Amino acid sequence: MKRIGYFFLYFSLVVVALFQIVPLIWLFIFSLKDNREIFAGSPFALPSEFRWENYQKVWDGGIGVYFFNSVWITALAIFLTVLFASMATFAITRMKWKLSGFVLSVFIIGLMIPIHSALIPLYSMFLSVHLINNPLGVVITYTAYNLPITMMILLGFYYTLPREIEEAAVIDGCSVHRMFFQIILPMTIPVMSTTVVINMIYNWNEFVFVNTFISSEKYKTLTVGIQNFIGQYMTDWGAIGATLIISVLPIIIAFIFFSNKVVEGISASAVKG
Amino acid sequence: MNKVMSNKLLIALYISPALVLVTVLIFIPLILSGYYGLMDWDGIGAKTFIGIENYMNGIKDIKFWNSAYHSFLLAIFSTLSLAIYLVISFILASKIKGADLLRKIYLIPMLLSSVAIAQLWIKVYNPSNGILNVFLTKIGVHNPPAWLADSSLVLFAIFIPILWQYAGFYILIYYAALKNIPESLIEAAKIDGASAFQIATKIKLPLIKEVVSVTVVLAIVGSLKYFDLIYVMTAGGPNGASEVMASYMYKLAFSSYKFGYGSAIGFLLLLITLIVTFVVRKLTTSKEKIEY
Repeated sequence: MKRIGYFFLYFSLVVVALFQIVPLIWLFIFSLKDNREIFAGSPFALPSEFRWENYQKVWDGGIGVYFFNSVWITALAIFLTVLFASMATFAITRMKWKLSGFVLSVFIIGLMIPIHSALIPLYSMFLSVHLINNPLGVVITYTAYNLPITMMILLGFYYTLPREIEEAAVIDGCSVHRMFFQIILPMTIPVMSTTVVINMIYNWNEFVFVNTFISSEKYKTLTVGIQNFIGQYMTDWGAIGATLIISVLPIIIAFIFFSNKVVEGISASAVKG
Repeated sequence: MNKVMSNKLLIALYISPALVLVTVLIFIPLILSGYYGLMDWDGIGAKTFIGIENYMNGIKDIKFWNSAYHSFLLAIFSTLSLAIYLVISFILASKIKGADLLRKIYLIPMLLSSVAIAQLWIKVYNPSNGILNVFLTKIGVHNPPAWLADSSLVLFAIFIPILWQYAGFYILIYYAALKNIPESLIEAAKIDGASAFQIATKIKLPLIKEVVSVTVVLAIVGSLKYFDLIYVMTAGGPNGASEVMASYMYKLAFSSYKFGYGSAIGFLLLLITLIVTFVVRKLTTSKEKIEY
């Protein structure tokens, strides 16, 4: 009896896992087929030959530009976010000043804001300072909107660092900059890497800011760029599948290598937010 | 020591990059949104001050309330689906083999962009070649619906990928909370003769109540702000049947060039979100702190 119950529970968990993974497997399979096979054959039949040329086709079609934009915009925004968030968290948790509690609550309020409410004014502000159709506008927007969550994740770790570190450093005549960059920052690498992975997922997948601020093809990132692509290959499912797989692959690879960091970051950002 | 660590200039230096960015790019736009809402403005030409007319129009705008209704439906769906995630997490946390791997598989969709998810599900729902209708035809359904083109089904059809996208996220949170419950509490209950069901409902569930209330807030607020997936899958169609607050605002500004009116709607979206967050928090968080 207990056996049957256990089997039933296990079975339902596997069904849920299949529901989560089957659409992706199907996507990968049809990215290697041509239309004839997709429309005539069974959806889960393996392709008769692996048509990697679908990937070649969309890559040559220019997806590389979007891919490269996604890479550098994501990387630069992560660098700025994690640096600025670390500096601010250091000032809030380690330095002594009266307004630190108030400033912290300003950042926390930033977590609750629906970005759409700020979108129109941001657009007109950027228009007046020539940051529309300029990837830097996107970079600073990502940085600003990811700062609150990044700080929330860093905060707990910074509070646990022993006070003695600063005392010893000050007694030895160490400047605050050296203390921060050479002592504190290296100690926070474990939690920093969590924030890097979380920022990577957010920035890589971001859609609405790029869609609103960037109109020129040469600055678009993958999330927006694949929209055009799919329009262009409207009826070529193999090419569409290849496009989508290329766009999700970096995140999947990051997840395979850093899954514990991802899990940590997502749960920290949820429970604290 | 204190003197070095309370140097005003250094504090300013460390805090200002983050504070300036957040102020300029998050808070000032929010205030401007309320202000632009008082203008008749197409986004390019001159602004004309018209007082609260845009806000009054927003309150009377059937399309806006229709989109708000869809957003609230999504919020209710999402909140109800939390029960499923809770059950799954309970099973997952009951020392089952491979729980870690399963939990990671559940999480994968959440890591993908809403645009990719939307495009994938457009294909799943394709009336003639999508896996859903191929499957339905195989099991004997003769005329499976054109999911995204049917205004009575479209909202439900959109909710399935949302469920798919976020399941792993909530399961992860519940699972972590359940794993945090000390083993000794459960052992004590077992010795007292409590059944597995009793332990789940009378001990574990009350202990993770705080976490559940956080997820209720996240599910509701997240639904009110929902945009990307719907915008790509249906653009609010057919005929407004899947329009939500954010997509309505977006279209007003960036397709119809009603920047003033769009700002007013954006500001109403902010107010609704903040009020709902506040009310739901009040309703779901208890004053007593749980300690174990």
